[in-house]
Amino acid sequence: MNSIKPAKMNSKVNKPVTGPYRVVRPELELDTIEGAFEQTRMPSLGEKAIVEARDVKKSYRRSKTIVPVLKGVDFSAERGKITAIVGQSGSGKSTLLHLLGTLDRPDSGEIQFDGQRTDNLPARKRDAFRNKQLGMIFQFYHLLPELTLLENVIAPAMIGQSIFSYFRNRSAILKRAKELTDMVGLSHRLHHKPCELSGGEMQRTAIARALVTSPKLLLADEPTGNLDQESGHSILQLMRDLNRDTGLTIVMVTHDENIAQQCDALVRLKGGKLEALK
Amino acid sequence: MYKLLLCWRYLKTRWIALASIVSVTLGVATLIVVNSVMDGFTSQMQDRMHGILSDLVVETRGTNGIAQPDWYIDRIRARIGDSVEGVTTVVTLPAMMTFHHNGSSHTQQINLIGIDQKTYASVSDFSKYLIHPDNKAQLDFQLKQTGYAPEREALQPSGWEYRNKVEQLKKERANMQAQYLALQDKIAKESRSPLPPALADQNLKKLDSETNDGASTSTEVANAETGTQTEAERMAAMLAGPSLTTLANPQLGGRVFDPSKEQRTGIVLGIGIGSVRGRDPEGKVKDYFFIRPGDDVSVAFPNAGTPPRAIDEMFTVVDFYESKMSEYDATFAFVPIETLQRARGMIDPASKVGAVTSIQIKLKPGADLSAARNALRDEFPPQESYVQVNSWRDTQGPLLQAVQMETTILNILLFMIIAVAGFGILATFFMIVVEKTRDIGVLKSLGAPGSGIASIFLGYGVLLGSVGSGAGVVCGLLFVWKINEIARILEWFTGREVFDPTVYYFDSIPTIIHPFTIVWVSIGAVLIAIMASVLPSIRAARMHPVEALRYE
Repeated sequence: MNSIKPAKMNSKVNKPVTGPYRVVRPELELDTIEGAFEQTRMPSLGEKAIVEARDVKKSYRRSKTIVPVLKGVDFSAERGKITAIVGQSGSGKSTLLHLLGTLDRPDSGEIQFDGQRTDNLPARKRDAFRNKQLGMIFQFYHLLPELTLLENVIAPAMIGQSIFSYFRNRSAILKRAKELTDMVGLSHRLHHKPCELSGGEMQRTAIARALVTSPKLLLADEPTGNLDQESGHSILQLMRDLNRDTGLTIVMVTHDENIAQQCDALVRLKGGKLEALK
Repeated sequence: MYKLLLCWRYLKTRWIALASIVSVTLGVATLIVVNSVMDGFTSQMQDRMHGILSDLVVETRGTNGIAQPDWYIDRIRARIGDSVEGVTTVVTLPAMMTFHHNGSSHTQQINLIGIDQKTYASVSDFSKYLIHPDNKAQLDFQLKQTGYAPEREALQPSGWEYRNKVEQLKKERANMQAQYLALQDKIAKESRSPLPPALADQNLKKLDSETNDGASTSTEVANAETGTQTEAERMAAMLAGPSLTTLANPQLGGRVFDPSKEQRTGIVLGIGIGSVRGRDPEGKVKDYFFIRPGDDVSVAFPNAGTPPRAIDEMFTVVDFYESKMSEYDATFAFVPIETLQRARGMIDPASKVGAVTSIQIKLKPGADLSAARNALRDEFPPQESYVQVNSWRDTQGPLLQAVQMETTILNILLFMIIAVAGFGILATFFMIVVEKTRDIGVLKSLGAPGSGIASIFLGYGVLLGSVGSGAGVVCGLLFVWKINEIARILEWFTGREVFDPTVYYFDSIPTIIHPFTIVWVSIGAVLIAIMASVLPSIRAARMHPVEALRYE
């Protein structure tokens, strides 16, 4: 028994991916110091920030080599503003967004949402957090092909509630879904399957879905990346309207400088570091 | 809620998964069909056996029997009287039966059973299996005029009708023979070359002192020719009928037995003794009777002496016994018990009580068979009495066990089929999970917990299993319901009889559906489907949301 225990503790210590990552740490710290001189750090916004990342590092394992993606990123998004993250493909924009959205955990550093740490929450709480506080939209819309437009929109509400509470609140949920589909201009296609919708319509549906639980923050991963200019523009306009009318905070990843320039704040990810541009 | 919705949608849109549960459906349907047919057979067989055998039998090993059956019956009634419905006494012994057919005689082995016709029907379904409707009501060992299953062409004519016809034919034949011989006689006399006297003497000795009607008719014809008993007369008398029927019966007090008016002691033969079942050239099932009610047979059986000697008795077949258990139908022959007791010398000269070889007991409905048997075994321990107590289940135990074993093994094999189907479901589910990777990522990004994702796929498995086994139950029940029609279609299709009535004595396939069997088969099938979906569900639950979202 005694001989096993220390081994177990050892394995626990070695468990996080931070193990091998620590080997390269001196170099990274050097980077951070350099970064401090270059002012790559985003200043903390304190109470004004709805979501903040502090010295977040993330690397991926590609077979045997470890590829660092984020090398200590500080990020914060101001409440009620649209923040755009730009960067070349593979620069880690989506990774940062996933970390903010608690879909993934940083190797080190912390993520705060509304002053609460979210990166160290247990899985179930993070699931509930995503469901209640966040809305997410993606480049490829990611609607569920088996469900109709309306069902897709109310899916998060269904996920967040048990069968009984769903049926109790059904009318409220449907009312909310109707409002949202009205707002995105799709109330005439409620019973169509995603495959019958155009790209723009699918993205509008995705937005309606993201908003059905009335989240505080909308995370958008290249929302216009797969759309033609006109549809993309209308999606963007929709997001701006939402931001203006409801004060919804939006963090958007894009590689379209044009779109990025229209946002309230703009940061660029480059070489695993963040530069504030606006 | 989203779980149910998604399960339902997956079920509705993934036809390939439905294909994977076809094997579940087939397995369940086969299990139900096999079980109900096997149960049908078993229960028919049990019913038959139970119908033939009484509930309990107290029997001696020896053929000389229990000398004081009443003493035993009193003790039986004293011990288990509350649950006894009927008691009868029986003498059973092996015997040889000789019958005539197409001019030659045949001897075959039978089980001769002496029964008390008043009480025997009360302990078993004996009378139900008799052919003649009057005998079904009450057997009296009397030959009936007619009415032996008129719907069976092969059995017509039977009874007195047949017996009289045979006698008439015999007379006619004797007449013709006599006329022919008379003619020969005449020619011989005219040509002055009579039969050698030595041959005539020989024939005289062979002849019985009595002659029957047929013979006397020919005598008249012959006498008309010659006025004296000639050679032709004697020959005619001899040819008029087999010697069996013309033997003087000591019981008749030396009187001549007239087969056209009288019958011997009645005997009820198992239908398999008197007939064969086969097919005519067109393939139709046909019975051929070489013995009919109305025929006389002679039965040789051992007497009760030491050492036993064979004695011979003549009987008239008065009915057939058809239990549809070929084993019994081919060997059983029933005669009145007093006849056997008297002929074998089983009656105690002082008390006039006849010995019996077994006492058969019928229990009241709902009485505990084993308990009653054990009580009687306790009452008649082997060290004190020379009797054995057996229930009908003991007698037929090995056969029933063999059928039981067969059913069990078939069930195991068929469940293997469903288990194989389980692996099919497993593979299909893994495919579906891979196909749905992106959706799993989306659901997770929308805040669905791993357990929720797992339950989507588990629920999907339950639904598939339920649909599969439900369809199987429906198919199986339909199959069982229409099994005889299906058998007929198969016959037409393959040209082979699925259910050969020359082999089985049933005209339709017996089936019994136990609701319990259906329930456990469906539960088992659903369980297998659930077990097969556990691994893919766990895999789906463990998927990393980011990697799932990136999955192309």
